[in-house]
Amino acid sequence: MSQTFLLDGVAVPFQAGQSVLQAALAADRYIPHLCYHPEFRPHGSCKLCTATVQGRLVASCTTPAAADLVVHSDTEELRALRRTLVQMLFAEGNHFCPSCEKSGSCQLQALGSDLGVTTAGFRHYFPDRPVDASHPDAWIDFNRCVLCELCVRASAAVDGKDVFAFSGRGLSKRLIVNSPSGKLADSLFAVSDKAMHVCPVGAILPKRVGFAVPIGERRYDQHPISEQALADAPRAAGEPDV
Amino acid sequence: MPLNTKTDARLQSALRQWGAHDHRLLQVLRAVQTPAGYLSAEVLAAVADSLSVPLAQVRGVASFYSFLSTEPVGDFRVQFSDSITDRMDGSAALLDKLCRLLWAEPGHVAGDGLVSVATTSCTGLCDQGPAMLVNGRAIGRLNHARIERISELILARIPVDRWPAELFEIVDIVRRRDLLLKCELEPGAALTVARRLSPAELIGVIARAGLRGRGGAGFPSASKWAACAAAPGPERYIVCNADEGEPGTFKDRLLLSQHADLIVEGMTLAGYAVGASHGLLYLRAEYLFLRDGLEQTLARRRQAGLLGATAAIPFDVELHVGAGSYVCGEETALLESLEGRRGIPRNRPPYPVTHGYRDRPTVVDNVETFCAAALVLLAGAEAFRKRGTAQSQGTKLLSVAGDSPARGIYEFPFGVTVRQVLQAAGAEDAIAVQVGGPSGTCISVDEFDRQISFEDLPTGGAFTIFGPTRDIFEVARSYAHFFAHESCGFCTPCRVGTSLLARVVDKIHAGYGTRHELAELEQLIAVLGKGSHCGLGHSAGNPIRDTLLRFMPAYERRLASADFAPAFNLDAALAPARRMTGRDDPAAHLGEGS
Ligand SMILES: Cc1cc2nc3c(=O)[nH]c(=O)nc-3n(C[C@H](O)[C@H](O)[C@H](O)COP(=O)(O)O)c2cc1C
Ligand code: SF4
Ligand code: SF4
Ligand code: FES
Repeated sequence: MSQTFLLDGVAVPFQAGQSVLQAALAADRYIPHLCYHPEFRPHGSCKLCTATVQGRLVASCTTPAAADLVVHSDTEELRALRRTLVQMLFAEGNHFCPSCEKSGSCQLQALGSDLGVTTAGFRHYFPDRPVDASHPDAWIDFNRCVLCELCVRASAAVDGKDVFAFSGRGLSKRLIVNSPSGKLADSLFAVSDKAMHVCPVGAILPKRVGFAVPIGERRYDQHPISEQALADAPRAAGEPDV
Repeated sequence: MPLNTKTDARLQSALRQWGAHDHRLLQVLRAVQTPAGYLSAEVLAAVADSLSVPLAQVRGVASFYSFLSTEPVGDFRVQFSDSITDRMDGSAALLDKLCRLLWAEPGHVAGDGLVSVATTSCTGLCDQGPAMLVNGRAIGRLNHARIERISELILARIPVDRWPAELFEIVDIVRRRDLLLKCELEPGAALTVARRLSPAELIGVIARAGLRGRGGAGFPSASKWAACAAAPGPERYIVCNADEGEPGTFKDRLLLSQHADLIVEGMTLAGYAVGASHGLLYLRAEYLFLRDGLEQTLARRRQAGLLGATAAIPFDVELHVGAGSYVCGEETALLESLEGRRGIPRNRPPYPVTHGYRDRPTVVDNVETFCAAALVLLAGAEAFRKRGTAQSQGTKLLSVAGDSPARGIYEFPFGVTVRQVLQAAGAEDAIAVQVGGPSGTCISVDEFDRQISFEDLPTGGAFTIFGPTRDIFEVARSYAHFFAHESCGFCTPCRVGTSLLARVVDKIHAGYGTRHELAELEQLIAVLGKGSHCGLGHSAGNPIRDTLLRFMPAYERRLASADFAPAFNLDAALAPARRMTGRDDPAAHLGEGS
């Protein structure tokens, strides 16, 4: 018999080493998340996965599952919190969805619509973040980066290249590229890198790909992210190795 | 481009001192950047090369810390301390004056690279403000005469080393001594007592004394030490948190300058208790002027056989200097910083007691906690616990600043009321006291009978007094900017939320605020408190939360639509905002006190 914890009143089985979020997804129970990716060790920065565990608000992606925990995720308080977090991410960057190739496949956008974010909420910052189009096969639109660190983690752990890092702090925090010029073209980056494919938003994109999938037929056009994430979740539980 | 010979020599000497290891990155960067210099692209590349660290990571670290610069700064780098108390002491006018005298503009390099003038977070000289740092060296008690003197020295290009010593004089004012500050330690005396006990017995004595952490959170020290002692690991570490970054706090400064033996003695017996032979002391960059004295204390103790691998208790202490970051006082961010990285708080669990410095079991304690631990051994657990309250044993050092004719350090037994402290400080006319700094609590007159204690008003040591003429809104606004400046940027709610909060109070300050802004403040405070990753974000809304509750008129009179009926019901006014955000939880309502 595997052990369980209670998520919104329903028992969820888990295995040692799983976090609350991992166990929930494996058991077909959705908790919204953005910086978590099944292939990577949880990071805990976006805070969309915040849940009440034993009465305390914590990031469920980094909270170890344990027997008989009482977890609440689907509450109005938490839905409001998540809506505000999505609004904050939209306000922080420059997200012009209609002109973005990732529109329809973007997790930020999908979260927004799934969570019912219908207004901007905050006055946007419109930061000045120049695009890096130096690389022959890929380009980075820093305006869309939500600082989830997935590309940093992928490049370091999977590609073994350390192409990405962060600079600055607070609202001046930015993704930077590891090369003397700071340009992607001068780095070790290649389109075959894992880092190319983990970005949840439209910040790292291949060049010369446009409208290969028509709008309306894209990933989250078909199914809301709350369904798609469950379809993507690894069923065989276990700790990710990177 | 190769380094010039002088820079290269500095790099080589830094590598000799710290070793060419990636976890020494921050200390190496500190050492290669001259006080008035900056880290050029060439230097960053050379450091990356020498330590075999990706260049982007070096850039990432260099850009995280306020005192490291990747842009040229003036030969004279002037940083005005920008604590609320500095402002109350007139720092803005002095900054203006210096800029005028030097033809400088805040935030820019002037005079062909001669000077740059900027502000920095509280430098811990609130008892003798306004204060500034010039090329990293602290100057307090600024006034017009001193500013004129400083501008002459800069214009004459006199190196800071040759400036009159009296400019750099830092005075420690102790107004009230109790158990701790009365204790005159014969170096080694507490260790002699400790060695008669087994490590477990020693932890038992600390437990009997009821010692709780003095850094603010009040965690029982004996439990922390016992957990670290029990954690498996080839090595254990003792870390002394001397980052003292909470605006308004300066009591660790006194201990570091006057009672260094007591600190090291406390660290040593912690090492004995948990089985650690390595200690690290993380000194905030603003206290660089204390480094030599601390090194001398360490050297003296090594010579006296009280410290070092061959001492009776084999234990040594290495001094690290920070680089300007408040969040690095948070214990896991501090560990990251000690390991040479950006000061980002870690995910917990695991906790430092099992996975701390370099993943080894580690005790992180505040400066005052180590002193109190040594005191417990000298005075005995019973004498110690006789002072204080049921849940807050012993005494507490308070950094009294702001509107008081008698600023300075006051040591009181826990349980002292705010009113008693105000009386001692000649500040009975106060209208508000910020207890524990911006991350603590702002209280008003009707609460002055509350007690300084873990069960009522906990404090890391700040006790900032605001007199009848002060505008409490401006206090809260200054604190909001402090948090926005110091947010590490890791998590969404704090990275964006602290900035939004500062922007909204600025809008209110400018006279464009409406009830909508008040509702937005409420919403941001709630998100910060609920979603943030660490204590910085959790408490970043406190100053505004507290002042909205207690000093609402200070906000109201700034609102653009301030001519509403006097019976303005704020909570009712928040209803549309609650509907908009889909909230109706208790935190979405303002209490009666407003
Ligand atoms: C943002 C932030 C800043 C902190 N700054 C300090 C500090 O400067 N000095 C300190 O001793 N503790 C500070 N703390 C508390 C530490 O995380 C930790 O609780 C403390 O060092 C433990 O020591 P103690 O048990 O002896 O109090 C800070 C915490 C937070 C969240
Ligand atoms: S570029 Fe994409 S993957 Fe990388 S940090 Fe930004 S949002 Fe995350
Ligand atoms: S709460 Fe603020 S300081 Fe703490 S981790 Fe989040 S961004 Fe960093
Ligand atoms: S998914 Fe858990 S914090 Fe981002």
